[in-house]
Amino acid sequence: MTHYTLADYQQQLAAKQISSLELTEFFLKQIKAQEQLNSFITVCDDVAREQAKQADSQRAQGKAGPLTGLPFAHKDIFCTQGIKTSCASKMLDNFIAPYNATLVDKMAAAGMVMLGKTNMDEFAMGSSNENSFYGAVKNPWDLDYVPGGSSGGSAAAVAARIVPAATGTDTGGSIRQPAAFCGITGLKPTYGRTSRYGMIAFASSLDQAGPMTQTAQDAAILLNTMAGFDPRDSTSLDVPVPDYTANLNDSLKGLRIGIVPGFFGNGLHADIQAAIDNSKKVLEQLGATFVEIDLPHHELAIPTYYVIASAECSSNLARYDGVRYGYRAAKPENLLDLYQRSRSEAFGSEVKRRIMLGTYVLSSGYYDAYYIKAQKARRLLSEDFQNAFKNVDVILSPTTPDPAFKIAEKSNDPVKMYLSDIYTIAVNMAGLPAINIPCGFSGKLPVGMQFIGNHLTESKLLNIAHQFQQHTDHHQKAPEISL
Amino acid sequence: MSITKEEVGKIAHLARLALSEEETLAYATQLDNIVKLVTVLQNTNTDQIKPMAHPLDAKQRLRPDAITEGNERDMMQAIAPATEMGLYLVPQVIE
Repeated sequence: MTHYTLADYQQQLAAKQISSLELTEFFLKQIKAQEQLNSFITVCDDVAREQAKQADSQRAQGKAGPLTGLPFAHKDIFCTQGIKTSCASKMLDNFIAPYNATLVDKMAAAGMVMLGKTNMDEFAMGSSNENSFYGAVKNPWDLDYVPGGSSGGSAAAVAARIVPAATGTDTGGSIRQPAAFCGITGLKPTYGRTSRYGMIAFASSLDQAGPMTQTAQDAAILLNTMAGFDPRDSTSLDVPVPDYTANLNDSLKGLRIGIVPGFFGNGLHADIQAAIDNSKKVLEQLGATFVEIDLPHHELAIPTYYVIASAECSSNLARYDGVRYGYRAAKPENLLDLYQRSRSEAFGSEVKRRIMLGTYVLSSGYYDAYYIKAQKARRLLSEDFQNAFKNVDVILSPTTPDPAFKIAEKSNDPVKMYLSDIYTIAVNMAGLPAINIPCGFSGKLPVGMQFIGNHLTESKLLNIAHQFQQHTDHHQKAPEISL
Repeated sequence: MSITKEEVGKIAHLARLALSEEETLAYATQLDNIVKLVTVLQNTNTDQIKPMAHPLDAKQRLRPDAITEGNERDMMQAIAPATEMGLYLVPQVIE
């Protein structure tokens, strides 16, 4: 089977070589054929066909835009009116949102076809996609392995070529880490660049939605529609959206790439080290130079993240009380029992653990020692990046310390699981954009690297990733099950 | 410092979670391990550092004081587990 990118399908649709309905039927069939991956929670056959027919009719009338008729999938964290939005939780297994997330509306307005809602870690809490009420997602490169998380369903589906693109969300690496484990491109934009309205909240000061695609070019195409100010999101950035495809072909001559020596060597898997070493040679040939930098407070990243993210999660998830929507325990004795049993019966163990940790660090007597302390450490982490960007344009780092691990390998040890987020979470603390791209293999599992940029430098990151992909073929490799 | 079973019980109550004995014990150990991971923060000097609540240190944006949303009570209550006459039903709280 030939694997086309979103950009290829864009051309084929424009040239009327294929209709959106044909494309949609093709992908619905692929999704069905790969049910073993468990990458979808809901497949929207009827809605997708309806949207595809509308897209074809728009095109026939000469009213097609650049994204009209392109199929994709949404992570099941985005509210979709009339279609279940579960956030992979028993709590929302019966939840039909009364409104659309802004990104759902925007992508529909652009004429895109929603194939379905992808599986994820419950409430986006997890690094392996094992914390889903609907079961673990499998890595298409080897079904015994995790796809990463929390956007594991989106990553697995794009990697298996059963969708041409998907949305994801990234609070501590939830786009980039699964993208690395599955061998695809995943961009976490600057905090505030894409709307959070209707995106079920985990940690509001960290959450950010972004595209998950085969190529950087496809990510640019999607970000053009995803990015932009939303008056309904109070932290949305009111700054103009550039055409992210405009600078993809810029030369990398003179590009200064920062390297943190401590990120390499000890603790980093030898295959990832080797893949990045090879990638650096390619980047050098393209005209980039490498500069050693220091992020002196980086060891604070994981503890700071788990205090802040858990604190925000415990506050955000207080809304699930069994009263207004979602799961409600049967035959409550009184109001307290209703709250307690609804929450205890419907939240999974990782979600409860984070609510507990968040409640603890916010509780009287511990607030200053943990929460305020973490907010101060967050500033130190953020200032480290700002100091680094005085000397370099972007930073190159591994995305993960190891390739994908086996299903159930780390699920009983939360601390071990948290430590696997070492390279991704500081980026969220500082609100920076970062992109993962595939850069090689460890055995049959793909590995990735990430470029981190200063605020609102998505165009630069996409340009670097695109140039790298023009001179390498890691991103074109597809798992055997998709061939 | 370690987290006791009693503390876990207190936190669970604050979080409105009902934990089994088994869960309480498991969370006591796990939370303890996570809190140990966090102790590196306590050893960091943060005097003179202002807490950072928002990644871009943004100010809260204000909007014009105009009505933009209508009354959507019926739509919102359509997904509630139990309602009556426009009210959410819960177990009796006042004798």
